[in-house]
Amino acid sequence: MDIGLIENILFAMVRTGTPLLLVALGAMMSERSGVLNLGQEGMILVGAACGFIAAYAGGSLGLGVLAAVAAGIFVSLIFAFIALTLISNQVATGLALTIFGTGLSAFLGAAYVGQTVTGFAPIAIPFLSDIPLIGQALFAQDLLVYLSFILFAAVFVVMRYTRLGLIIRAVGENPEVAHALGYKVMVVRYCAVMFGGAMAGLAGAYLSLAYTPMWSEGIAAGRGWIALALVVFASWRTERILFGAWLFGFASILHLLLQGYGYEISPNLLAMLPYVITIIVLVMMMYRQKNQGLFAPRSLGQPYHPLK
Amino acid sequence: MTLLTRKTFLRLLGAASLLTLSASVFAAPLKVGFVYVSPIGDAGWTYQHDEARKIVQKEFGDKIETTFVESVAEGADAERVIRNMASRGYDLIFTTSFGYMNPTIKVAKMFPKVKFEHATGYKTAANVGNYQARDYEGRYLAGMVAGAMSKKEVIGYVGAFPIPEVIRGINSFMLGAQAVNPNVKMKVVWVNTWHDPAKEREAAESLILQGADVLTMHTDSAATIQAAEAKGIYSVGFNSDMSAYGPKTHLTSSTQHWESIYSAKIKAVLDGTWKPEAIWHGLKENVVALSPMNPVVPKEVVAKVDAYKMEMIAGKRAVYQGPIYDQAGTLKVAEGKTLSDEELHQQNWYVKGIDGKIPQ
Repeated sequence: MDIGLIENILFAMVRTGTPLLLVALGAMMSERSGVLNLGQEGMILVGAACGFIAAYAGGSLGLGVLAAVAAGIFVSLIFAFIALTLISNQVATGLALTIFGTGLSAFLGAAYVGQTVTGFAPIAIPFLSDIPLIGQALFAQDLLVYLSFILFAAVFVVMRYTRLGLIIRAVGENPEVAHALGYKVMVVRYCAVMFGGAMAGLAGAYLSLAYTPMWSEGIAAGRGWIALALVVFASWRTERILFGAWLFGFASILHLLLQGYGYEISPNLLAMLPYVITIIVLVMMMYRQKNQGLFAPRSLGQPYHPLK
Repeated sequence: MTLLTRKTFLRLLGAASLLTLSASVFAAPLKVGFVYVSPIGDAGWTYQHDEARKIVQKEFGDKIETTFVESVAEGADAERVIRNMASRGYDLIFTTSFGYMNPTIKVAKMFPKVKFEHATGYKTAANVGNYQARDYEGRYLAGMVAGAMSKKEVIGYVGAFPIPEVIRGINSFMLGAQAVNPNVKMKVVWVNTWHDPAKEREAAESLILQGADVLTMHTDSAATIQAAEAKGIYSVGFNSDMSAYGPKTHLTSSTQHWESIYSAKIKAVLDGTWKPEAIWHGLKENVVALSPMNPVVPKEVVAKVDAYKMEMIAGKRAVYQGPIYDQAGTLKVAEGKTLSDEELHQQNWYVKGIDGKIPQ
C-alpha cells in the first residue's frame, strides 16, 4: 500500500466517522445526565429532512444547518416531555421517537426526493493539510467536520474540567442527592436531552447537506443505532468516543475497500463488526465492574421526579 | 331530520336505478389503480411509473380514471393497500415492485373480476399478468458510452446485492463497453443495501481509488453520480435521467418508459381482449431507452450507439451474442447463439474482463 492510499483511507474514515461522532457526543451527554434516548435515528432523520428542505427552499446551507439543529431540538423536546415530565418508560418512548421520526421525515421530505443542492465543499486549511498521512484526513474536510472537532473539544472540556460537567454527572449518578444539594435535576436533564437532539439534527444536516447532498427516505441508514452502541463502547468517555467514531467509521467502509483489493471476507461479517466490538467491550466492562465499578451512569434510564 | 318513508325510499330507488342505467349507457370510466413502492419524487423507479400513468391518463381522457398510492412497503402493507383498491371497485390494478408479487396473487384470488398486472415478478394467474423491462439492453448501450469515454480503461460498478438481476446488468454493461474497447476492465463493489447514500458514495470513491474513471451503479440513490461529479470523473445513471446530480460528468442514463405497456393493457381491458400474460419489453417497444447524452460524448460514439440500437431493435443484434466467455475463459455462449430468456433470468457468472468474484 502506498502512502496516498493510506491518506485516502484515513480521509474516508474521518468523514464516515463524523455523523457517528456528532450523534454519540449528544447521546453521551444525555446519558451522563441519566436519560437514555433511543430515538437518535429518528432525530437524525428529522434533522436531515428539515435541513435539506430549508437549504433547498432558502438557498442557504447555513440556514439548512440551523433548521436541522432546531428540528432535532424540537423532536427531542417531545421525548423529554413524555419521558421526563410524564415519567414514562424511557426505552419505549425512545423507540417510539425513532418510529415517529422515520415517518415524519419521510412525510416532510416526500416532495424533495430527487432534488439537489450544492453541498458543503471540502476546504483545505493551508499548511496543516500538507502534513503527511493525517493532513488530508483532518484538515481538508468540509466545515461541518471542523465543527464536529470544535464540538468534541467543547464537550471534552465541559465534562472534564468544569463545574457544569460535574453537575451533569452528579444528576446522572444520583438524582436524589443532586436534588438535595439544590441542583435542578429536571432542568439539567431537559437541557442534556435537547443538546442530544441538536447534535443528532446536526448529524442529519451533515448527511443531507455535506456527505451526500440530497434527501432520500431513511438516509440515516441505522447510524443512530451504531452511535448508541458507540457510547457504550466508549464507556461514556468523551475522548474514547472520538476514536471509537473513527474506528466504527473505518469498520463500516472496510469491506468496500477490501473488495477492491480482492480480499474475500464476507461483507455481512464486516458490517456486524461495530456491534461485535460493542458486545466484547460490554463483557469486559462487566468483568471490570467486579473490581473497579461500572462506567455507566448509575441512574441511567431510571425515571425520576423531584416530587415523588 | 327527515324520516325515510316508504315513498321517499321508492323514489330514491328509482333515482338510483336511473343513475345505473345512465351509467351503463354512457359507460363509467375504467378505474385504474397504481401501487408504488417509494415516493414519486423527481427521479427514479417510481417516478418513471408515474410519468407513464400521466401519459395514459391523457391518452384515454375520460374513458379512464387513474389513481395511485405511493410509498407502500413490500409485505403486509402492500396486501392491505391492494385489497383496499380492489374492494373499492378498481377494474385494473398495476403493482409496480418485485415484493408485491405474492400479495398481488393473494388478493387476485379474492377478486376474480378485477384484473391485476405485476411488474418484475415471474408469477401469473387467471387474472394476473406480468410485465418487465429489458433493462439489460439499455445497460449494454450505456456500457458502450462508458467504454468509449474511459481513458484508464477501468469501469467501476456499485452493486446492491449479488442477485441475477444485478449481475445481468453488470455483464450487459461490460459487454457494451467491450464492444467499443476490447481492453476495458471492470471492478465491482457490493454495498449489500439498496439504499444507503453515504455507503454508496464510499463505494464509489473506493472504486475511484482503484483507478476506475467511469462509474455506474445498481442501487437506489444517485450518490454514485454525485461522488463522480465531485471527483470530476464520468458516470452513467440508471432508472431516470440523473444528469441533475452530475451536470458536468453524467454521460447518459439507461431509463424505463412504461407508457406503451400501460396503454396496451388498458386498451385490452376496454376492448374486452385482456388476457394474463408475461411480457418482457425492451428497446424495440421503447420501454427501455437512453437519456440525452452529455455533449462531451464524441459524435462517432453517439452514431455507433445509435447504429447498435437500431440493429438490436431490428433483431439483427443481441446483447448476449456468442462467442461470450466467462472469467475462467469457459465458453458460455457459442458463436452464432444467444441466451434464452430463461438463461438471462438465472445469470450467476461474470463475463471475462470483470475483476473479482461474485460473493456467495
